[in-house]
Formats: sequence, C-alpha cells, structure tokens
Amino acid sequence: MMKKSVSFAEISPSEFFYRNRDLAGFSNPTRALYSATRELVENSLDACELIGVLPEIFIRITPLDKDEKQPDPKSYILKVQDNGPGVDPKYLPNAFGRVFFGSKFRLRQARGMFGMGGTMSILYGQITTNKPVKVISSTNDGKAYKFEMMIDIRENVPIILSKESIPTEGITGTSVEIALQGDFYRASSKLQEYFKQTAVVTPYANIVYLDAIGRIWYYERVTKLMTTPPIETLPHPYGIDVEALRRLLQDTSEETLSKFMYKNFHRVGENIARRFLEFSGFKEALNPKALTNQQIVSFVDALHRYDGFLKPDASCLSPINKEILEAGILKELKPEFIATSIRPPSAYSGFPFIVEVGVAYGGKILPPRLTLFRFANRIPLLYDEGNDISWKIINEDIDWRHYNVGTDAPVALITHVCSTKVPYKTVGKEYLADRPEIERELKNALREVLRQLQTYLSRKGSMAMVQRKIGIYNKYLPMIATFVTELSDVKKLPKYKSLLDKSEDKDENKIIDEKEDEPKIVTDDKKVILSENVLDYEKDGVNKSAKQTTIEDFK
Amino acid sequence: MYENMDNGIFPEIVIPSRSVKNLVYDEELEQYILGLSKVKRSSQNIKHIRPFTQLVWLAFFVNKLLKQGKTSTLRDVYYSAQAYNIDFKDQPESDDIITDLEAAFSRAREDFSIYPEERSAVFGDLTIEYTVKGYEGKRLNLASHPDGYLIGPSLSTCEFVETSAEMVIAVEKGGVFTRFVEEKVHERYNAIIIDTAGQPPRSTRYILKRLNKEMHLPVYILTDGDVYGEHIAMVIVAGSANAAHIRDLTVPTAKWIGVWGTDILKYKLPSIPLTDQDVKRIHELKKDPRYNKELWQRELDVFLKIRKKSELEAFAKYGLTAIVDKYLRDKLDEAKSF
Repeated sequence: MMKKSVSFAEISPSEFFYRNRDLAGFSNPTRALYSATRELVENSLDACELIGVLPEIFIRITPLDKDEKQPDPKSYILKVQDNGPGVDPKYLPNAFGRVFFGSKFRLRQARGMFGMGGTMSILYGQITTNKPVKVISSTNDGKAYKFEMMIDIRENVPIILSKESIPTEGITGTSVEIALQGDFYRASSKLQEYFKQTAVVTPYANIVYLDAIGRIWYYERVTKLMTTPPIETLPHPYGIDVEALRRLLQDTSEETLSKFMYKNFHRVGENIARRFLEFSGFKEALNPKALTNQQIVSFVDALHRYDGFLKPDASCLSPINKEILEAGILKELKPEFIATSIRPPSAYSGFPFIVEVGVAYGGKILPPRLTLFRFANRIPLLYDEGNDISWKIINEDIDWRHYNVGTDAPVALITHVCSTKVPYKTVGKEYLADRPEIERELKNALREVLRQLQTYLSRKGSMAMVQRKIGIYNKYLPMIATFVTELSDVKKLPKYKSLLDKSEDKDENKIIDEKEDEPKIVTDDKKVILSENVLDYEKDGVNKSAKQTTIEDFK
Repeated sequence: MYENMDNGIFPEIVIPSRSVKNLVYDEELEQYILGLSKVKRSSQNIKHIRPFTQLVWLAFFVNKLLKQGKTSTLRDVYYSAQAYNIDFKDQPESDDIITDLEAAFSRAREDFSIYPEERSAVFGDLTIEYTVKGYEGKRLNLASHPDGYLIGPSLSTCEFVETSAEMVIAVEKGGVFTRFVEEKVHERYNAIIIDTAGQPPRSTRYILKRLNKEMHLPVYILTDGDVYGEHIAMVIVAGSANAAHIRDLTVPTAKWIGVWGTDILKYKLPSIPLTDQDVKRIHELKKDPRYNKELWQRELDVFLKIRKKSELEAFAKYGLTAIVDKYLRDKLDEAKSF
C-alpha cells in the first residue's frame, strides 16, 4: 500500500487575512466600504498627529463605472488624501503592499492596532475588483512619487506596476486610491455618523468628504489645539507574554539579565531589576540568551506575580484633553451644557490607559433620549453598542433618577478610552471588553459628569422656579390688595408694589413647607384617638348611598 | 392687613389648626373642640399665598353677602369664585376654605350666609315667623305641606312661635320621613319629624338644638341599623369632629332609639353581613371618646358580634306600616325609661 502523502503549505499573512477577512471588518460590501474608508482616514489622522500637523483630510467615494443606474453593491473608487509627512519612496511599497509591515508594533497609542488596516483595505479592493492601488506620496524633497501596485497574496509582497515622480513644490502628504466593491446605499448613514463622530474628537482637523452621490460634507476645524503626540515606550513587565519575552531575548545584545531588564522594560531601573531577580530566584549575571524554555515560562510567570514594579506612565498615551473634547462636542452637537471628566492614568495588565468622558445636554441637535458616543484611541465605535462596557454601565450601574435625568432628556454621553492596547473583544475593533480596571474608571468618570449635569439641571430648574414664583406673587398680591381694600372700606389700594420686589429676591430656602408651619400640638392628658376617616363620613349629607364614597365624590 | 401691605409687610392670617392632631375631646362639653395649635398662613410663603388669597377673597365675598342681605350655598361660593379669578381646583377645596373662615371666627358658615345645598326637611305642628328680608313677620305652620319644608336660609333664621308637639323625631332618610308623614306620626305621636338626609347639615342640627332648648322638646333619633346610622345619631348628640371649631350645635340629651344591633336580633330583621369597611369603622369609633357611654359601646359590640346590619326599611317584612305601628311605639316607650 502506498502511503498517502499529506502536504502542508505555509500561508503568508496576506493569505491569512484574505481567508479571514470577516474578522477585520470586511464581511460584506456595506461593512467593507465603511471599514476601508475608516482605516485609510485613521492612518491619515495618525500620520498628521505624529508630526503635529493640523490635519487636512480629503475623502472621495465615486462609482467606478459612471453608469449610475447600476444597483449596489458595485465597484467604487475610494480616495483618501492627507497633508501628513508622506512616506519615503524606499519604504512605500512595503508599507502599502505587505501585511504586517508597519510601525505599530512598538508600544504607542495609535488608532490602528496592527498597522494592517490600510493594507487590508488595499487587499480587499484587489480581491473584489482586481484593480491596482494608486499611492501618491510626498515627503519633504520637492517630489511626489506615484506608485501603482498590487499585492502578491501568496508571497505577501508588493508588485509594483508603475512608478513615476511628480514635482510637488514642497507639499507633503499621502494620497491612496483604491477600487473596491461596496454598497454605498447601505453604508452611507454609517459613514456620515463616522465622520461626524470623528469630528467630535478631532475638532482640529478639516475633513472634507465627497460622497458617491455628489454631496459634500465639510467638518470644519474650530481649534488649533492638538493632542500631544504619544511617546514610544518599552513594554511594561506586566504586559509581557512568553512569546514577547522570547523575541526580546533573541534581539538583545545585553549579557546579564539585570541589564537586559532595565534596557528592555518600561520603568525598570537597576534597583527594581535587582529586587525582581532576587524575588524570582534568577541570577543577575545570567546571560539572557541562556534561558531555557522552561525558564522563560517561569520568568514570565514571576514578572506577573511581582508587585514591586512601578505603574506604567502615561506619556505613551495621547488623550483628547478637556479643551479639545469640549470644542468638538460644542461644534458637532451644539448643546446648551457640556461637562467633561478626564480621569488620571491607570493601568490594566501593564497597559496604561486613560478614560475621558463628556456629557452634552440640550440644544437643537440632540434627540430627546440618551445617545452614547463611544471612542477608543479616538476611533468612533459604531457597531455592537449593546455589548460595550460603557453601555452596560449606563444601563445597569447608573441610577438615572438620582441625577434627575429622565428617559426623554436630550443627553449625549461621550466615552473615550485610550491605551497602548485597547481591550477590544474582536479584531473588528467595535466594542470594549469589560476589564474591571477600565470599568471602574468609566463609572467614576460617568458619575462625575452626571453630577455636574445634575447640578446644572437643578440650577436651571430653580431658575424656572424663581420665575414661576414671581409669576405667582404677581398674580395673587394685587388680588389680596383689592379684596383687603374693599374689606377695609377704603378707596385707595395699599402700596403693595414694594412687596412684589421683595418677593423676587427672596431666598427660596426661606420658604417653609406649609406642613412645617403647623405647630406642635398642645393636648394634655386627654389623648385623642381619632382616625382621619371619621372626618370623612361626618360630612354633611353622608347617607346610605354615599357611605362608601370618598371626598372626591362630593365635587 | 391693609396697613401691613401699605407699609410693605406681607400680611399674615392666624387661624386655629383644624388638623386631627389638634382635636381635643372636652369632657364637660361632651364634644370635640380645637386645641391650642394655630396655623399661620403668610402671603410671603409661596405655598400659602394661594389659599391665603382664597381666604381673603372669601372674607370679601361674605362681607358683600352680609352687607346686601343675600345668602349663598357651598356650591354657589365655589362657582362665584371663578368670576373673581379665584381658582379653586374643585368644590372640596372651596368648602375647606369656608371651614377655615369658620375656624378663624369660631362661627358656623350659616352665620356668613353660606348654606349647604338644601336636603334636610322638617314637618309637624310648628308655627314659625320669618325674619328673612321681604318675609319679616310672616307666619307659617310647618304641618301645612305634606312633603315637608326644606331647611334652608329662611327656616334657619326663623323664630319659633308655638307648637303642640311633645317630641322631635329625626330620621335618617327621606323615604322613612315620607312614610311617617303618611302614617300621621306627627299626630299619633305628637311629634315634629325631621329628615336628616344622612349626616345632618349644621342648619338642621341647629334647628334640632333650638327645638330642644327653646321649645323643650326631647329629640329621638331613628337611623339604619348600622355603624353609619349610629354615628349620624352621635353627631346630633355630641357634634362632629369636623366642626370642632363650632360649639352649640349639639343636643346632648337627644336619644338614639334605633335601629340597634339588638333590635336586629329582637325583631328578626332581614339583614346583610358587615363589610370589612364596616368592621374597620366600628373599631375606629370604639376608640372615640364620644362613644364612652354604655349604650353606644354596647351596640357597637353587638354589631361586631352579630356581623350584621339592617336598614330601616327592613321592617317592611312585617307590613309597610309596622315600623310606625309597632317598632316606633316600642322604642319610644323604651326610650322614656332610660
């Protein structure tokens, strides 16, 4: 009998994502058009922010075939252009034509998680339309380079179809144009929502979006304040797993474990390294490369157990910040009241994070109900709201009555979690898992802004109350004056007008409840035991037919 | 008040508190009176200013009535207020303000020319002389019209001239009142008959009191055989807690002659079971100091024990006239003995 031969073939990362594109948000033409737009826009914003340039982003979606009668889904051309630093032509083909080639493996907050989103979009475009991607990029050397490329999916390498250079007169930036299958009709409202929410957290960007049916959406810059670009940091010991440690060990040139530690780990100095090694029983002088597999596992285990490491610092994070968040909320939601809460940095599993929350109330734009805008690393999260941790807190942990916010109140809550590693539940980056550390910070921040809203509402309520009271005095005092005048048998009304002024500056706390006015009762030993009910059936004319009735029936 | 307003001071009104907590049973008067608690209503207090204005308006309105010699009714007051933009939300609210005015002056509303809607009636040999405007000096015998006479403003203010009657019989309801007139109770028992129409209005109680005091007539009360009937009798005897601010409305010597719980057994009257509500009220009244007398407590206990109640009409079992021919005679005889 012949032995059956089984062949195993290695698959490239491109191939892997080609086969698993559903995971990355390209599951259908609607979602794919939305995801591709989003990935390219986020890359552009990241690029601008990294060098501190106020972003100018242009997005255009046009049908590939000009015959507009063809129904969706169909092929579209998506173009996203920015004024970022551009990509050096040496690296450009790999940056756009190869999955996993990106700068985002270091620890620094960025919108994209793996740096593959842009390439995924290109890959998706290629497999649905078989058209090349056109990338034009200009760094600062006076020339722009235009590439037309496709991706060799099996080999995970870019295939350059054409390359030319064009003079640019000093303008930098990148423009990416892909052809892809999409369903604009269905994706349109999501895209609008995406841009609107993006504008909320990037009010320092000019975003122009020309959609597939010729409408222009313009999100105007209202502030020149920008978020501080994050600083790259080393990984924190708590965030290290076996594979990460193995790679660090492979790359290191240090010859002792202690040196290896303080060169490669975030916030680990000589002292902490020494104390940790004592704690874990590894010798300081041990050559890192000499660790066995077994030792690597127990080293990682010790890293996670040791409680002497300093908390990760937050310089690698780039929160939105109060002024920018408020400017964005004001610009897009035009509410009558805004409050924000920026929580101090915290960490989960060695990953630092910051929670920022805003509340907007009233105005003409907000609908008469609660709206939740969720952001993670400044990306709007538009899908699967019901599974998100913020939603869970809002629904289960917040007692809305306590804050005097009714179900029909025009309230928007804006939650933002930024971290070097946002705990998404899925690769699709749509909702956050319930990490207790993050949950606690979100809860505190939500409560803080809601307390501010409550204060505002009660102040607003008491203003209305004062107005109403003035109205009441204006109504009754002249009546009293008239009746009293007739009772006193005089002609002239008393000079009661001064009372109207007095009533206006009355401190409302002075108003005593009518009940409180009733003095304590006098009775001595003659204890009265009388039910209020007795009074009811002593009313005149209470007889057989009326005996069972209440006061209401005597109207 | 005028001076206060003129001097920039918010006027205030102080009236005795009518809260249940301020009700005191006076052993000597044998009625409820108000305690010493007072309620201050200030025009400065946003929660007071509305009832304050209502009360001032009522004083103004009553002042007009008295000056012009007119009368009004509870309902009439409620509707008249609308003409002055005084917003009572319903009639009970306006009735309540009227009671406030009563309490403020310790006078009954009839003194302010405000009467309830007439319901109560009187019939029998009693000659009265009107004092109301336009009828001054006119006389009338109250046995002249077999439907009886409504006790309204003119009867409430009349003078009693003469009567041949030897007693007053107050009955709880119109049907029995009419039967009594038909059966000539006024002649057979030499009585003035009064229909209290349920809980008697104050003007009716006032007439009862005057007949008792001025004409020296004993008052007998006949009600349904239940806790409400017993309490109607009690209010005639000892006054209501509702009107604790008014004295001189009680007839302490009036006698409740039935229908007692014991009568239900004795006459084997058709009956219906007590409701939970009935039982609850019996327990409430048992604690009421007005009921601290042997007969009253005993009958409450009997009701509780037999768990039954009967109407006056139950005597129809023995024929339409049995209640007059047999029961009334029995009970009056019995009453004379206690």
